[in-house]
Amino acid sequence: MEEQRPRRRRHWSRRPNPLAGLGSLLWLAVVIVPIYAMISASLTRQDKALGNNALKPPTDPTFANYNTVLHNGFGHFLANTALVAAAVVGIVLVLCVPLAYVAVRTRTIWSSAAFRLFLLGVAIPAQAVVVPLYLMIAKLNLYDSLLAVILPTAAFAMPVSVLILTGTLRDISEDLYEAMALDGASATRMLFQLVIPLAKGGISTVVIYTALQAWNGFLFPLIFTQSDGPRVLTLGLFNYVSQFGVNIPALLASVVLSGIPIFAVYLVARRALVGGLMGVGGK
Amino acid sequence: MPGVVFFAFFAVAPMVLAVYLSFTTWNGLGDPKPVGLANWQKLLHDDRLTQSLTVTVLLTVTSWAFQTVVSLLLGVWAAGRQRNRAILSAIFFVPFLLSSTAIALLFYALLDPNFGVIHQDTLGSTSGAFLAIVFVGGWQFIPFHTLIYQGGARQIPEVLYQAAAIDGAGRYRQFFSITLPQLRNTATTSSVLMIVGSLTYFETVLILTQGGPGTDTAILPYLMYEAGFKSYDFGYASAIATFLVVAATALSLVLVRLTGFGAMRSTREGM
Repeated sequence: MEEQRPRRRRHWSRRPNPLAGLGSLLWLAVVIVPIYAMISASLTRQDKALGNNALKPPTDPTFANYNTVLHNGFGHFLANTALVAAAVVGIVLVLCVPLAYVAVRTRTIWSSAAFRLFLLGVAIPAQAVVVPLYLMIAKLNLYDSLLAVILPTAAFAMPVSVLILTGTLRDISEDLYEAMALDGASATRMLFQLVIPLAKGGISTVVIYTALQAWNGFLFPLIFTQSDGPRVLTLGLFNYVSQFGVNIPALLASVVLSGIPIFAVYLVARRALVGGLMGVGGK
Repeated sequence: MPGVVFFAFFAVAPMVLAVYLSFTTWNGLGDPKPVGLANWQKLLHDDRLTQSLTVTVLLTVTSWAFQTVVSLLLGVWAAGRQRNRAILSAIFFVPFLLSSTAIALLFYALLDPNFGVIHQDTLGSTSGAFLAIVFVGGWQFIPFHTLIYQGGARQIPEVLYQAAAIDGAGRYRQFFSITLPQLRNTATTSSVLMIVGSLTYFETVLILTQGGPGTDTAILPYLMYEAGFKSYDFGYASAIATFLVVAATALSLVLVRLTGFGAMRSTREGM
């Protein structure tokens, strides 16, 4: 994103700012120390972990804790989570891209009412609706299934997705629409040949944001599922607390393992995620 | 539009249903039975609700102050385009990638007095548990808000700084006279997202303190969860939930009004 704009140099950017430098190093410590302690402890043998100073590196590192986690259903939970994330992303894209297109291109009462509905939706806390959703999901016979997690998660990812997409679509120049309209293109053709190619940045942000929401969601799985079958990763982690009990190194190993897939995606797609989210604040 | 129908069914309809359920009694089996205002009367006279509301407000305000100060400073700092800032910003973002569950578990383990870094029972004391929740929430969400402030700071027109420099304003003067006022809208957006967000620190509370010690950190969503899914009093849980929705909706109306999102503006307008 940054590359497209002319590179601006702030006149003060060349002078070092010692106070800010110090502050940033302090925050670096706040971020790094817990992560370091987690990785270090996850490599420590359980019998050595108690009473040990977690800040010291382990004397004889072991992967035994990771083994414990992998033998306690981690792979199964991971597969469920991946399925949920893929389904949620699919639903959100299919529903939100046309919605954003309509919200930007038409100025009827209905389209702006729908847009406002989604704006309000940003602030509906999921906690506020779990009881009625629980009732609805029970009546729909979806309780304790992956669909019970997928459908509400997708619905709750929609408001921010619509916001991000309308933001991107508004930046497409009016001239391009007019040129296509002159060529006699239908609204559907414009959507596929103009809007989707030009909104790639916004769409990839939505994909990553939505996948992150689905991947990290906890409340819906906690309330709408029960058995091992549809258990997702976050709920699996939560259950490890009672399952592993005092085996804290194994618990931390599970936390590390759960973060690895997202971290890998971050390494590859950082620009899309960071660039898109930065726009959320507007000016 | 299928999208509107889908969203209305899974997000808007449940909100309406929550209001209805708040006038019923339901233990999870069979069908809800109307009971009139009983749940709401209970709500008004529930000491736990008063305590919960106090903790929720306190937690929200403290979290807002902590997160805003740090995010603002880090965001403005990260808006500079130096290479070291870019690298550190990339690292600063990492906590946001972990799930609330994972982060809560991480600090649950690190704060365990038998194991962790701090060899005292932090979560056993009221103020310790409270501050732990504030810190963990900040650790998780400051990266996101830093990003928002970074985006805002990068949109401040360069000419303002040039003019200030010609007038002889130093770095700190520029920060207070240009950066801060120019970030007003960004701060509004970020603040409302923070406030609405801290109504939802549910995972953190559930895993870190389970509302404890006692009920000292039982924020509203946790109280709702306990009433519904522990005590099976879904009618009362719905009354608490409705209360939450009203608070959140009022806040989001403020969001729409103050930030001008509703005016359908491009974020790049005026550049």
